[in-house]
Amino acid sequence: MSNAVSALQGASFDGYCKVEEAGLVGMITLRGDLSSAGVAKAVKAATGAAMPGQGEITEGAKGRAGWMSPDELLLIVDHAKAADFVAAASKSLAKEHALVVNVSDARAVYRVTGDAVREVLAKLSPADTAAMVPGQIRRTRIAQIPAAFYLTDEKTAELICFRSVAQYAFDILKDAAMSGGEVGV
Amino acid sequence: MSTRLAKGGRLIDRTKPKNFTFNGKRMKGYEGDTLAAALLGEDQMLVGRSFKYHRPRGIVASGAEEPNALVNMGQGGRFEPNQRVTTTELFDGLTCTSQNHWPSLEFDVGVINNYAARFLPAGFYYKTFMAPAPAWKHVFEPIIRKSAGLGKVPTEADLDRYEHFYHHTDVLVVGGGVAGLAAALAAGRSGAKVLVMEQTHHWGGRAPVDGGEIDGLSPEDWINATLAELEGMDSVTLRTRMMGSGVYDHGYALGYERVADHTPGDDRPRHRLWRIRAQQIVTATGSIERPLSFAGNDIPGVMLAAAVRDYAVNWGVSVGDRTVVVTNNDDAYRTALVLKEAGLDVPVILDARDQATGPLAEAARAAGIRVEVGKAIAKVNGGKRVTGVSICSQSGEGSAVEDIACDAVAMSGGWSPVVHLWSHCGGKLIWDEAQSHFRPDPDRAPTGHDGQPFVVTAGAASGAMGLADVLSDAYEAGKQAAKAAGGKAVRKAGPKADPEATQPMAPVWIMPQGAGHQKRMKMWLDYQNDVKVSDVQLAAREGYESVEHTKRYTTLGMATDQGKLSNINGLAVLSDALGQPIPATGTTTFRPPYTPISFGAIAGEARHEIFQPIRRTPMHQWHEDAGAYMEPVGHWRRPYCYAKPGETNEQAVHREVLNTREKLGLLDASTLGKLIVKGPDAGKFLDMMYTNMMSNLAVGKCRYGLMCSENGFLSDDGVVARIDEDTWLCHTTSGGADRIYAWMEEWLQTEWWDWKVYVANITEQLAQVAVVGPNARKLLEKLGGMDVSKETLPFMQWKDGKIGDFDARVYRISFSGELSYEIAVPASQGRAFWDKLLEAGEEFGVMPYGTECLHIMRAEKGFIMIGDETDGTVIPQDLGLNWAISKKKEDFLGKRAQLRSHMTDPDRWKLVGLETLDGSVLPDGAYAVAEGNNEYGQRNMIGRVTSTYYSPTLKKGIAMGLVKHGPDRMGEVLDFPTVDGSSTVIKARICDPVFYDKDGEKQNV
Repeated sequence: MSNAVSALQGASFDGYCKVEEAGLVGMITLRGDLSSAGVAKAVKAATGAAMPGQGEITEGAKGRAGWMSPDELLLIVDHAKAADFVAAASKSLAKEHALVVNVSDARAVYRVTGDAVREVLAKLSPADTAAMVPGQIRRTRIAQIPAAFYLTDEKTAELICFRSVAQYAFDILKDAAMSGGEVGV
Repeated sequence: MSTRLAKGGRLIDRTKPKNFTFNGKRMKGYEGDTLAAALLGEDQMLVGRSFKYHRPRGIVASGAEEPNALVNMGQGGRFEPNQRVTTTELFDGLTCTSQNHWPSLEFDVGVINNYAARFLPAGFYYKTFMAPAPAWKHVFEPIIRKSAGLGKVPTEADLDRYEHFYHHTDVLVVGGGVAGLAAALAAGRSGAKVLVMEQTHHWGGRAPVDGGEIDGLSPEDWINATLAELEGMDSVTLRTRMMGSGVYDHGYALGYERVADHTPGDDRPRHRLWRIRAQQIVTATGSIERPLSFAGNDIPGVMLAAAVRDYAVNWGVSVGDRTVVVTNNDDAYRTALVLKEAGLDVPVILDARDQATGPLAEAARAAGIRVEVGKAIAKVNGGKRVTGVSICSQSGEGSAVEDIACDAVAMSGGWSPVVHLWSHCGGKLIWDEAQSHFRPDPDRAPTGHDGQPFVVTAGAASGAMGLADVLSDAYEAGKQAAKAAGGKAVRKAGPKADPEATQPMAPVWIMPQGAGHQKRMKMWLDYQNDVKVSDVQLAAREGYESVEHTKRYTTLGMATDQGKLSNINGLAVLSDALGQPIPATGTTTFRPPYTPISFGAIAGEARHEIFQPIRRTPMHQWHEDAGAYMEPVGHWRRPYCYAKPGETNEQAVHREVLNTREKLGLLDASTLGKLIVKGPDAGKFLDMMYTNMMSNLAVGKCRYGLMCSENGFLSDDGVVARIDEDTWLCHTTSGGADRIYAWMEEWLQTEWWDWKVYVANITEQLAQVAVVGPNARKLLEKLGGMDVSKETLPFMQWKDGKIGDFDARVYRISFSGELSYEIAVPASQGRAFWDKLLEAGEEFGVMPYGTECLHIMRAEKGFIMIGDETDGTVIPQDLGLNWAISKKKEDFLGKRAQLRSHMTDPDRWKLVGLETLDGSVLPDGAYAVAEGNNEYGQRNMIGRVTSTYYSPTLKKGIAMGLVKHGPDRMGEVLDFPTVDGSSTVIKARICDPVFYDKDGEKQNV
């Protein structure tokens, strides 16, 4: 996989929050019956994380599992291992109706860091970022594109968008994080 | 003259002078000044000309309600017209110019309209400029446009940045006067999350100007103490310079924050639009004083009484040395007292009421001010500035009994609550007879999703007039809002003030009440749009009974101030003319924004390179570096062609076609939609989505499919591949991926929710490259890896494997008619794969090709293109695609619709090829005509061109088109008139749409 590159290859910007592209991140879409033991087992196997409830994202030794809809999860794993996890999960779920697909390269991931991380996101997303806490994930939009994000701690958010709009996402995050734009709520 | 007083001015800091210019003249003000205060401090009363008559216009008000004083602000990239001086904070280096005058503010030629005013009544334009029709465009409109209008249009791009901000709160309080603060206090004490916004840069509204005591403190001290308490609450956010612009459904509200208007160029966003979701909204928006309608009430120097007081108290500015006060209520007496205390002369207070017995009137008398009751202004004397007033009896027809010299008139016609935000989302009003104003009806509030009220008014905005009532009403409103938003009950008592005795106001709509036509023609209702009492009365006589019609006919309240001053007075005059009570006339509709907001704030961050998201493939940068000419396809940018130095785009396209046909071409096909459809019912589902059968497609094989809307119209197409027993991969058009994905989800979620099918959109997971041309196989074999021979990987099949080092899925499909492989690799490796193909392909004559080459090659093959051959009205049968419509299937989306009589009509236009007799290229969209005209006198048409190109392969123009009975008319010649004005007619023969390799031998090798 030496040829593999992320959309913006680690671009970063320092404003009153820092915005950086997180490089290659493994991502798996898992659609199925979220109440089934098989799905929970597949999630555990890929990420080490517990099944997330509605609006939640859980963390395990190998990755995270985020709730995307009543029948869809997003598994966040090591990019190099995503394909193997997809194969393993597809196999373990072969007996039930489920779809496991590698979407690692369909995405770009940004890390936004700073005291005002919620505020920067609130310039772009209609989600109530002030009320968000680590462990929650929001599937929402930022300005004109779909995005999902979650806080990993009080000062850090990870944001996922489609790869084709990686440049746009970076540019609007930069714009929102530009010094002088502090709202101070 | 107006001037700066030696002392006073609670909002200004005299140690911090600020320099500015008005019409190039250097002037000085102080920190804390509004531009209006600074202009008045420099005796600049005349600030503009009116819209229609070019009458001299002076400052009338001290806040957002100002109708006259609009200026062109700033220069270059920070130029903006129609900026209200009363809401513009002064800063060092501010430049502004007056508007709507020619050649100068002092001497304006347009004022000639003024002398013709009797010939320019309401509806003048409508009546006069009716005929002849061409005269409107060439004579009337240009003249009217020249004589009317306000500020100039900016000519340079805006230098500033703007942003949005989303905010969620339990309680939103709009207005930071004492009412807003009291409401916020109640809400904050309940523990609710509260946002308070105040449109000016100072808290407390006009209470410090009007005086009184709150909880034993001066208003100013109480405001400071309250702010301290609110600032101590974590749940309370206080913002100044933020106007509550609009209230919308479900507790949505807009706040317009003017972050850096007063500090231009400091790198902060100029404006920030707050998009707020509130559980409950408290509108503490105060009230606005009404003017009085007397002859000459528009002459500069005639101002609202409270504004005169504001300038004196807040900014230490005297509007005139001798100010006549004219009123129908007690409040204006405060102005007289303030002026007197500042050492200025108040020659008389004219009170239209028969008596003046309130404590304020007594105080005025005690201060030695002459008070005349039952008196009115017969007319104001002066041109560009008030020189005096003639006074008369209010009950008469206006015979002057006395002339009084003065240089300012302070008028008060009573107060109207600011009901705008209450009304935006459906709050209703009631007419308050005692105060002669419309106020919110608390029983008919705007309601939310649950049918419960989500807006409550507070203080003067409720119609409460005295300080005591304002505070108790506002605190209660705050408690109520917090409770409705889920807060705790508040036990702590609210702020209190002593009630004061007042004498009731008297409604006075024109002054004097028996004024004749001459006087009524000089009584301005709408200063900005030049609407007078006589205009509204004329409208009523001409049958305009609805207030909404009268508004539009006379333009009353349609200027940038949206009738904040003129509204009620206009309604009252109209009601009187119609002989009906005011509530029977009703109000016009209040719509957001409360005051104009900038386009920049509305656009937010969406400017320049982030105006719109642009989608880029993994190879996008290569295309740009190669100098490709890009075209938009949906939000993607795709290479149209790769012109070499010295080549036109057309030459490049032709080269790309020939090279691909003769050697080897590469197309970045990553934008093609790719949807995974999986599940036990996936086959059944796809049989519904596509017109042809997909469930019987063998694993490893590909099939071209068509999708229709439920009305039968062709919506999308693409190649479907069967991946395994219960998995299919559906290719969609580049622009259609998201739409078709949503289309599938919609059917699965709403109609066939019990079918076991999952869909995933993996369009962007894969970079896809079409390797096309006679040398395609040679290139892949050179790279090594999987076997791509005809035997192992025949036409219309796919295989997973390796191409060189790359994990790839290879489809033998062809949209060009050549030997073609479409190869998908992970997007992260797309660029590396592309580079590798180019490098290894050099010896085989590889060249990238763009979308235009793709289009030409598919047209040569007679392949249709969604969006060219289809336009939402075309069914597959029109395109001769009956072979792709299953006859075995019981149902598919569009099947039933395609049985409708109109769809089976043999007269439908059908797809054919077209070749011009002279080999030229038909114009795109050209129509084929038949003899005669239709019932509308238009030429009969029998077909149209849907795709047309010069074919470099065939060295002539080729086209496809839809023609009536087309397939039955092979060989016939049709006429295509051009529309370029040359009246030439192009002749083209109907032919087979497949121009090249009809048997498909080239792609199947």
